Amino acid sequence: MSAQVEVQTFSFDSISQEAVAKAVALYPPGKQMSAVKALLDIAQRQMARLTGVAWVPQAAMDAIARHLGVAPIRVYENATFYTMFNTKPVGKYHLQVCTTTPCWLRGSDDIVNACRSATGIASFGQTSEDGLFTLTEVECLGACVNAPILQINDDYYEDLDAVRIEKLLDGLKTGGALPPAGSTIGRQTSAPIANQTTLLPANGQAE
Amino acid sequence: MCLVEIEKMPPRPQVACGMPVSDGMVVHTDTEMVRKGRRGVMEFLLINHPLDCPICDQGGECDLQDEAVSYGRDYSRYDEAKRAVAQPDWGPLVKATMTRCIHCTRCVRFTAEVAGVAELGATFRGESTQIGTYVQKALSSELSGNIIDLCPVGALTSKPYAFTARPWELRKTDSIDVLDAVGANIRVDARGAEVLRILPRINDEVNEEWLGDKSRFSVDGLKRRRLDRPWLRENGKLRPASWDEVFEVITARMKSVAPGRLGAIAGDQCDVESLLALKQFFTALGSPNIDCRQDGAVFDSSCRSFYLFNSTIAGIDEADALLIIGSNPRHEAPVLNARIRKRWLAGGFTAGLIGMPNQLTYPVEQVGAGSGAIKALLEGTAPFANILAAAKKPVIILGAGMLARPDGAAIHSAAWQLALKYNMLNAEWHGFNVLHHAAARVGALDIGFVPGEAGKATVQMLSGGVDVLWLQAADELDIAAIGKETFVIYQGHHGDAGAARADVILPGCAYTEKDGTYVNTEGRVQYSAMAVKPPGDAREDWRIIRALSAYMGYALPYDTLSELRAHLAVLYPIFSVENGFHRFAGTSITAPAGDMTAMDDAPLTAVFPNYYQTDSISRASPTMAACIAAHVPAAAEAAE
Ligand code: SF4
Ligand code: FES
Repeated sequence: MSAQVEVQTFSFDSISQEAVAKAVALYPPGKQMSAVKALLDIAQRQMARLTGVAWVPQAAMDAIARHLGVAPIRVYENATFYTMFNTKPVGKYHLQVCTTTPCWLRGSDDIVNACRSATGIASFGQTSEDGLFTLTEVECLGACVNAPILQINDDYYEDLDAVRIEKLLDGLKTGGALPPAGSTIGRQTSAPIANQTTLLPANGQAE
Repeated sequence: MCLVEIEKMPPRPQVACGMPVSDGMVVHTDTEMVRKGRRGVMEFLLINHPLDCPICDQGGECDLQDEAVSYGRDYSRYDEAKRAVAQPDWGPLVKATMTRCIHCTRCVRFTAEVAGVAELGATFRGESTQIGTYVQKALSSELSGNIIDLCPVGALTSKPYAFTARPWELRKTDSIDVLDAVGANIRVDARGAEVLRILPRINDEVNEEWLGDKSRFSVDGLKRRRLDRPWLRENGKLRPASWDEVFEVITARMKSVAPGRLGAIAGDQCDVESLLALKQFFTALGSPNIDCRQDGAVFDSSCRSFYLFNSTIAGIDEADALLIIGSNPRHEAPVLNARIRKRWLAGGFTAGLIGMPNQLTYPVEQVGAGSGAIKALLEGTAPFANILAAAKKPVIILGAGMLARPDGAAIHSAAWQLALKYNMLNAEWHGFNVLHHAAARVGALDIGFVPGEAGKATVQMLSGGVDVLWLQAADELDIAAIGKETFVIYQGHHGDAGAARADVILPGCAYTEKDGTYVNTEGRVQYSAMAVKPPGDAREDWRIIRALSAYMGYALPYDTLSELRAHLAVLYPIFSVENGFHRFAGTSITAPAGDMTAMDDAPLTAVFPNYYQTDSISRASPTMAACIAAHVPAAAEAAE
């Protein structure tokens, strides 16, 4: 992947068009602007599907503005406000490390360092030389219970530590597929790590 | 910064701008709590604001600076790194120093809401928020200069005026803009002999608080290409001369031809005083050949409401349907165009256009391109007819440029018939509007600066119709059509097309250099004021004519401006009231003469090919030339 491919034109393909029509139809006539975030997401997914790189080029934002009949700047505002939209190309695996307080208390610094050493990326916002990874710092992903969290593309990997990160990323580097998402220590959803500690039956023993 | 303390509310500062007023509310604007709260907000505002006031153009007229004087502390407790933002390029007019931006989003809202050209936005977020265009581009609105006034800090300043002066060095003169016919109220800021900048003054009935970019930024044209001494053509070449010399040559010439072979054409920026003097001078000479319509327009101007913007500019707020005929208000009167947009935003308003499609800042229904559409509306067959018929207060805006077409009189009368048919003329409402683009035109028509009995109009005076032609700052006529043998006297302020053809040049004043009377497109009498002295030997225009008339033995009956104005008021009562203005009812008026059937179906193209350079001042302005370079090729490309 060359990092700075300029995309001159963009149009929704047939899969996207269907999704676009659905998203726009959710809003009353005259309020199509409300669909802008959905359309940005659809555009980003189309880019991932067709080019392997999930991002929204300016051409796509302009196409969305035309489609919704709004000034392009209104689309730029939305696309740059949300970290979920990549206005620059990213690697095949977009590593989004949460560094907000709960994750930080649970060792997100280690996660960041492990990501760096495994991918060779020096700082946030950069892409590894092989074009596989981009490292991004994000705010709370809303999964603090299983902190620390690393989001890769759409999926959350939870209860991480440096060793498991390395294993995970090494697997990806050697061409492996993404492992199943969720806790990396076998925790069931967000249940306590060890035993049941609350809502116990009268005898005080876990069920 | 608007924190206040309100009695019987929780004991904390309240945000005044977000608090609905209620009965019996007691608000304190200056208590210890209020001051403390404001100091806190101030400290936050200054955290990321650079302390570069000494090198900032806003210094001395900066809201943030003023607030800091009242509520700032004298040292900073902030040790962390300050935010800094790269300086973007927003084109030749607005200089954006975004490190100073406090993210109030006034500029974003102005461009989107008032100017109607959504190009600015707030991109990224939190500390990284940036106000800008995101994609590098020059602001394309004709009202972009207003965001300089709006910006409470020095983030947006005037690019051409950068590092020129401090506000306390300036002499401020209230005046009137003459670069279009709206008559925007302005303040002329000068230092020494130089006009440095022009700002709008608030007049809710005319320009509200806005000013078009051409009117604001053409100032640098005021000191270039100026005629600062009399010139005389000898052996085909102009040479500097003295006033006595040129008067002598003019007298000899004028006396050597029959009065019927003398003619005068007035330009677009002449004050009423000089026009009256010129008219009376020509009457004294015995010539009926005078015309203020240098564009060659011939139409029935026997009644004032035939050529005024009768609904008035403020009246647009009441209109509920609009038909534009052959005009691009965005170029011909950008401030008035903003008013139409404001009306459209309020809802319940439909606009239609007969003419070439152009990009207006509100949706318009394209009714047609040529006069066929007018006929269709008269017959009631065009779909837009239903909208006009259903409207309570419909208006027509007829571009003055249409009157200059060969079939101008026909279009004029057809537009009037449209107004009649669609109930625009009644006791409460006068919806027939002519939108002029020449500041001098209405005043000149008011004093009858049109051919007298058997007099020649512009077209006949050109092509050898007269032997001596007096051009009163007239540059926008077909200079090449002036007869080869015609002796041309040019009185004006800029070395433009007229001066280039002249045999004698009489240096006059630009609008910033004289006390003049102007009548705007709606018939409002307003006064410009002398902000600086004219350059070199140049003199006030009416004085030149007065002096020459005495030299030739026909002395005009006034020696001072007040005598002249008194004389004017006696002859034409509308000039007798200061800022004289009244709104017409649309009743008991005969229709203008003009044979409607003479309309030909050529498309009704608006007069100005571009907004930025339309008169001798803006043509001399490097800033306006830069705007052309930035915008006009882009427009041409877009059209391809
Ligand atoms: S008006 Fe000035 S301070 Fe306010 S957002 Fe615009 S640039 Fe920033
Ligand atoms: S803090 Fe990391 S997911 Fe909430």
